[in-house]
Amino acid sequence: MRRFVIGQAKNLIDQTRRRPQHNNLNLLSILHPSSSRFFSDMSASDSSLPVTIDSINPNVLKCEYAVRGEIVNIAQKLQDDLKTNKDAYPFDEIIYCNIGNPQSLGQQPITFFREVLALCSHTALLDRDEAHALFSADSIARAWKILDQIPGKATGAYSHSQGIKGLRDAIAAGIEARDGFPADPNDIFMTDGASPGVHMMMQLLISSEKDGILCPIPQYPLYSASIALHGGSLVPYYLDEASGWGLEISELKKQLADAKSKGITVRALAVINPGNPTGQVLSEENQRDIVDFCKKEGLVLLADEVYQENVYVPDKKFHSFKKVARSMGYGEKDISLVSFQSISKGYYGECGKRGGYMEVTGFTSDVREQIYKVASVNLCSNISGQILASLVMSPPKPGDESYESYIAEKEGILSSMAKRAKTLEEALNKLEGITCNRAEGAMYLFPCINLPKKAIAAAEAAKTSPDTFYCKRLLNATGVVVVPGSGFRQVPGTWHFRCTILPQEDKIPAIVNRLTEFHKSFMDEFRD
Amino acid sequence: MALEYESLNENVKKCQYAVRGELYLRASELQKEGKKIIFTNVGNPHALGQKPLTFPRQVYSILQSILERLDIKNKNELVQVVALCQAPFLLEDPNVGMIFPADAIARAKHYLSLTSGGLGAYSDSRGIPGVRKEVAEFIQRRDGYPSDPELIFLTDGASKGVMQILNCVIRGEGDGILVPVPQYPLYSATISLLGGSLVPYYLDESENWGLDVNNLRQSVAQARSQGISVRAMVIINPGNPTGQCLSEANLREILRFCYNEKLVLLGDEVYQQNIYQDERPFISSKKVLMDMGSPFSKEVQLVSFHTVSKGYWGECGQRGGYFEMTNIPPRVVEEIYKVASIALSPNVSAQIFMGLMVSPPKPGDISYDQFARESKGILESLRRRAKIMTDGFNSCKNVVCNFTEGAMYSFPQIKLPPGALQAAKQAGKVPDVFYCLKLLEATGISTVPGSGFGQKEGVFHLRTTILPAEEEMPEIMDSFKKFNDEFMTQYENNFGYSRM
Repeated sequence: MRRFVIGQAKNLIDQTRRRPQHNNLNLLSILHPSSSRFFSDMSASDSSLPVTIDSINPNVLKCEYAVRGEIVNIAQKLQDDLKTNKDAYPFDEIIYCNIGNPQSLGQQPITFFREVLALCSHTALLDRDEAHALFSADSIARAWKILDQIPGKATGAYSHSQGIKGLRDAIAAGIEARDGFPADPNDIFMTDGASPGVHMMMQLLISSEKDGILCPIPQYPLYSASIALHGGSLVPYYLDEASGWGLEISELKKQLADAKSKGITVRALAVINPGNPTGQVLSEENQRDIVDFCKKEGLVLLADEVYQENVYVPDKKFHSFKKVARSMGYGEKDISLVSFQSISKGYYGECGKRGGYMEVTGFTSDVREQIYKVASVNLCSNISGQILASLVMSPPKPGDESYESYIAEKEGILSSMAKRAKTLEEALNKLEGITCNRAEGAMYLFPCINLPKKAIAAAEAAKTSPDTFYCKRLLNATGVVVVPGSGFRQVPGTWHFRCTILPQEDKIPAIVNRLTEFHKSFMDEFRD
Repeated sequence: MALEYESLNENVKKCQYAVRGELYLRASELQKEGKKIIFTNVGNPHALGQKPLTFPRQVYSILQSILERLDIKNKNELVQVVALCQAPFLLEDPNVGMIFPADAIARAKHYLSLTSGGLGAYSDSRGIPGVRKEVAEFIQRRDGYPSDPELIFLTDGASKGVMQILNCVIRGEGDGILVPVPQYPLYSATISLLGGSLVPYYLDESENWGLDVNNLRQSVAQARSQGISVRAMVIINPGNPTGQCLSEANLREILRFCYNEKLVLLGDEVYQQNIYQDERPFISSKKVLMDMGSPFSKEVQLVSFHTVSKGYWGECGQRGGYFEMTNIPPRVVEEIYKVASIALSPNVSAQIFMGLMVSPPKPGDISYDQFARESKGILESLRRRAKIMTDGFNSCKNVVCNFTEGAMYSFPQIKLPPGALQAAKQAGKVPDVFYCLKLLEATGISTVPGSGFGQKEGVFHLRTTILPAEEEMPEIMDSFKKFNDEFMTQYENNFGYSRM
């Protein structure tokens, strides 16, 4: 019922949005307590409270984040119920393939990174002789180096709002080593994961619904949610599934013109490379065209590059947009570029630490000051996350004591991910009515399901979208949690789901079996 | 340029956050030039030499890596094994046992068992359920009333929680939030970022920064006459920057006021451990509300905030906090959950610090004595420092300062002579910014001008923390006094002091 009521509210908002005049007034009146007649299940006691569902910020109601939405809530309830009610289900565990959260599925952290973190967090260890028995020599050396960069060696203190300067130096050096072009530590803003950086940029760019952000469809819903929260307009550009989720400049141009004709000022272009949920890795040539497009149209390029370490195919390579732009001869004055990086992805997968940074180039100093100011309202990002971000961008080098084990851990994780991506993709492509592009990078597969008309009708009857219907059935039958494509948006009339490649290798065959069996019986039930 | 200053979101431009503003930037510059700077601008205890408590750091360190070193591949299995005995195989490893006390190791295992996938995995977006349960137990012990873990959300520091709640409440500039003046600028900054209206209520400096409910009524009436719908009220208890502790009677009045005016009360209680007098111990808004009984306890909506950054913990760099919601309808809680989920989860290390903060070592635990000694030492020293600072300021010419009853700040009023006001004007500076810059240049003491927190017109203050090391305190106050005397002599003239 609740979802339905919110749906109603959303429809009303959408309707008002389409009417050009008095937008805000209408929005307010619709969601104001005086209009509670719209909400059939409003209880009387609710309406006397200062804050109720119908008097909260309408942008909050509008935003959606399917990666942790309805299906996940059902999964959590199932998991609780499984503990006491084991026999009621045809499976004995819930497998969370909804979210890129590697360590929750058994991936081990990189030892060196954690050693350094342990030493930095309890510095008394460094003075103990026993530490040498427990920690590698280079982790001890690195911990000292990091501590020396922190004023007062205080890892429990707020840092500079952009992050500890010495750590930003390490990151800038890492970017330079990666790109072959200089990077300035003052351009780095460290954040609690990449998401707060994206929010910060949206906050700067969006003043009203007249401000548009070009976003890929399908997209990672952080973008749609953040744009909705800040009251802007998402301007979609569709990735071409038939050409491996290709990004066509002609499509960008078309959508830009379309948005302009609706009176929307497009301020930025978001590109996710490698793609989430679509897994494609952009070619350098394609990236050059994108850079030129942004330069020509005066758009800020928001480059989500959090999966830069996750490339699984030999014919593709990650190139940062900064490197591409600089190699084209474009400097600070030519293009405004923000590159986002995170410690949650790659081979490190340190999601729980909430670390990340954005590298901000091509902005005037007065804009940069504003970014700094907004960053400072939240004081600083967490120090463990900052330390990890610096480690991720400056891992052990050949000759260091930990190098061999570091490389072995890293290669082990990445090659296993590649294997899992391939196995899952092949299995999905064997299923009736399912086509799945290969995951060239990132951590996801995004298969297209050609759903029979009968299934679509059944979904309609159940008042849910066909892909959600499919995913719920899949969850109830197998315990496998995936996210319906509608959470990422998709070409109307097509249906997908997103599945991570993160369950440990020994679990993959069982998942494939469960998926295959489920899909077969689903098709048997609904085949036209 | 794709993004120019002119085309930025106006709300971003409007927002101000003085704690890290002009003074701080100048101080950082001076520091780079090699000058010794005493940063008393941010309540950042470890940066000024306060040592972290040992026990939580030990637990945390173990969680980072020791267990991996011992070749334990499956943490969930480990946890089950560990539950078997108090002296597991970990203690048999001479190295681990020599470095860490047994209760720290046990506690590390306990927290590992609460996570799914250790510290490196996203948790539930509201925080680890087991830690939220510990927080609820803490609140229940503190207040004597039950607390529901489902209504507790862990956050990356208290500020994030304040932002989440205000984001939910503010729909546009027609929505007003009552905020004390002087206030902690997080509130003004967030309200302007979200495009809402700040409705000020003034604390009474002559009454030791007392909160007079009649002032509240006036503020609300005035805002309403301007067409603003006042929706929430912020209290900071103990006060930041003002250091006052609210009495139980005063809290009752405030809650009754919120009931009558239909306001959500946002209780910023991050300094609840920092109390430096015995007349008014900390009492939570939640406890007072529950004591008041029906209809108040059932209808007043309250969100209380807490953090690991303050108290004797001072773990600012961890970014850990929580908020507890009372009388917030389930559907609104779900919306707040949804918005929290866009940020995936608060950082897990800080969640564990929060768990440790709300359930510290108990008498009888191996680490208890050290923990008690460290925490008591910090609080007693802060109490002494609060006194040294207040007395020091009050001994200076043209400076009056209320006693810091709680929190971490001193907020003296500086009576600037007309000559100084004029000099400030000529320099294009707000008078208190002018004073603080001069202070910084002369002494290296980095403070925040009162204008960053809001103050009555024509009255000037500065905020310092009481955090510099105790042994350095006399020297700092001497150096302040010397500067202030010279400043006052320089700018005093025949017109006498400004009397405002």
